[in-house]
Amino acid sequence: MKKEPVKVKEAPAEIRVGNFEEVVKGYSEEEALQEAARCLQCKNPVCISGCPVEIDIKQFIYHIRQKDYKSAYFKIREKSNFPSICGRVCPAEYQCRKACILTKKGLPFASEDAINIHFLERFVGDYGKNNKLDVKIEKDANLSKFKVAVVGSGPAGLCCAGELARKGIKVDIFESLHKTGGVLRYGIPPFRLPWDVLDFEIDYLKKLGVNFITNFLVGKAKSIKELFNEGYSSIFLGLGAGVPSFLGIKGENLCNIYSVNEFLTRVNLMSAYKFPEFHTPVNIGKNVLIVGGGNTAMDSARVALRLQKIKGLPLNTTVIYRRTEVEMPARRLEIEHAREEGIKFEFLVQPKEFIGDNQGFVKKLICLRSKLGEPDSSGRRRPVIIEGSEFELDCDLCVIAVGLKANQILINATPELKTDKYSDVIVDSETMESSIKEVFAGGDIVGGEGTVIEAMGMAKKAARAIIDKLSKKGE
Amino acid sequence: MKIVKKSIINDVGGVRITQLDIASRDIASKALPGQFVMLMASEKGERIPLTLVNADKAKGIVSLIFQEAGFTTKSLGRLEPGDSLYSLVGPLGHPTEIKKYGKVILVGGGVGIAEILPVARALKEAGNEITTILGSRNKDLLILEAELKGASDKIYIMTDDGSYGRKGFTTDMLKELLSKDKYDLIYSVGPIPMMKRVAAVSKEYNAKTLVSLNALMVDATGMCGCCRVSVSGEVKFSCVDGPDFDGHGVDWDELEKRNKVYSEQEKHICRLLGQ
Repeated sequence: MKKEPVKVKEAPAEIRVGNFEEVVKGYSEEEALQEAARCLQCKNPVCISGCPVEIDIKQFIYHIRQKDYKSAYFKIREKSNFPSICGRVCPAEYQCRKACILTKKGLPFASEDAINIHFLERFVGDYGKNNKLDVKIEKDANLSKFKVAVVGSGPAGLCCAGELARKGIKVDIFESLHKTGGVLRYGIPPFRLPWDVLDFEIDYLKKLGVNFITNFLVGKAKSIKELFNEGYSSIFLGLGAGVPSFLGIKGENLCNIYSVNEFLTRVNLMSAYKFPEFHTPVNIGKNVLIVGGGNTAMDSARVALRLQKIKGLPLNTTVIYRRTEVEMPARRLEIEHAREEGIKFEFLVQPKEFIGDNQGFVKKLICLRSKLGEPDSSGRRRPVIIEGSEFELDCDLCVIAVGLKANQILINATPELKTDKYSDVIVDSETMESSIKEVFAGGDIVGGEGTVIEAMGMAKKAARAIIDKLSKKGE
Repeated sequence: MKIVKKSIINDVGGVRITQLDIASRDIASKALPGQFVMLMASEKGERIPLTLVNADKAKGIVSLIFQEAGFTTKSLGRLEPGDSLYSLVGPLGHPTEIKKYGKVILVGGGVGIAEILPVARALKEAGNEITTILGSRNKDLLILEAELKGASDKIYIMTDDGSYGRKGFTTDMLKELLSKDKYDLIYSVGPIPMMKRVAAVSKEYNAKTLVSLNALMVDATGMCGCCRVSVSGEVKFSCVDGPDFDGHGVDWDELEKRNKVYSEQEKHICRLLGQ
């Protein structure tokens, strides 16, 4: 008899919209065993090819089935540094689960039947965390005399720092904000990634000897050259993609129109949802519109809904997206969660102009309907405006979540650092070394907006190249 | 981030202007006139931008001057020497372009007078002829007159009530000067209504005008867009594209409205926390 996928426990929608606690509760041991038992343990496991860092999925699931969670943990850690984080934020339905043999061919994302690899990964990651499983440190005496500067404490920076520190290299991470974690802290809301999960990984790096220097903006406080002069042998740039895109339409600077980064940073990093205990304010409205179809759009919609609930307002948050649900780049689970919580969706809608009141606050959004035309360069069907389809939506708060571009401060301060037409840093694809010798880069500053696991893959590559170079120097 | 010295520059009629000298070797060694820092007074605090008024490279100390006007600046004013800020990052923004322009008029109003000071000194050192106009509601509220006198060739004081200098607005004097002579640069920092009037007057005389904008910010590294301003029809981020902009291009009405977006919360938190 076919075994049904094991559903993961979640906080009930009507309760969770009133708080910022984690929504997905994760598998119990019993549930993990049941789900692991569904794995076919394929002779040729195609799921692995779906993972950007090629975690040996078959083998770690095999260890779960043997109740050998420790081996499962170390199997994942061979490739991924942060299983507890990736198990929570990886878009598995586009990656390993889509590649899983149980996914029907030709679907845009994984079938429901595909093994819930991400939930199993999270189970194993949390097991490792709860049982304080530390990966073996292989300090190399030849390397301990070197120090490396990592710029940015987001996923790429954290991963690179960990890889280097495990070899005994002294690592200083420079972070411009007052808290570490980069987008994992300011961008992803705690109901998706609780701070204790993130803090655990950061504390682990501190135990490895990694030194975190917050409130320090490289490019302004010090240049790349000055860092080298201070004795760093190599520099890794994990600067991230943090520059928000706007729509470029009329009225976009009206009050209460936020970039997704501003809205999420106020609420996540600055805890504005606890105003006035925390002193950073954020506004909320009765008719909230979110423009965009990615994860940040889903995150800001769900944040807005929670703010409405906390303020005692009727829940009224609508996502408007210019294509249809199938083309939305967001994780399917986030779309599902958003819908369960009461987020409304308007598809095939293109914003045209914001209308404000005398005080400069947004009141309405004029939109146009569109239909799908031919596929564009992304392979998704292009939205085509329908003439004369103009209509108005009430809107007293809007979040623009239509993409993020490379952070520019360090790039602008470093003209010798070569970048492409998207202002992303150009690197050697094997070593991740940039146009400046001994300066490496990874994560969104190289690939544009990507996933945590992709950033980690690049950071590991860079760390390997740095270790190779320093090993040769050290002999 | 430790406060090494606190000076009350002025405390009259409910207006308190405070100077904090803060130890930060990294910021002091890099700071240039016109740049600013972001700071948090406490762990639960808000991130606010403040212009660097002085940077002592040798001692590794930066000075900030602010009016205790809102919740965060009042919290900041309660800190004492020996206390540390929770967060301090900088220097941020582009420095003011310092070069020999020729004849320069500096227009400072309110606490903006403090922010004019480092620019005045640098422009003077670059060989410019400096005429400074300072504006204040009355004599008691005027700050840093002696310091600015030292950095200027000529100085004019304007008070709203005529209790000191001449009665009138800074722009009255600006108009008078521009009608008599040609100036190569007008640089202005102060309340938005003042900078807006300065730009309107200088535009009549087609005099190049730079203003230092005080938009609301969160990260101040170009990541949130809270500080976006329209300048000559383009959207700019004050934090990374500014804070200095062409005064003739700034959409002042938009900036004024955007800076009031949290005025309700500000009242609420001040009331609630007894300030």
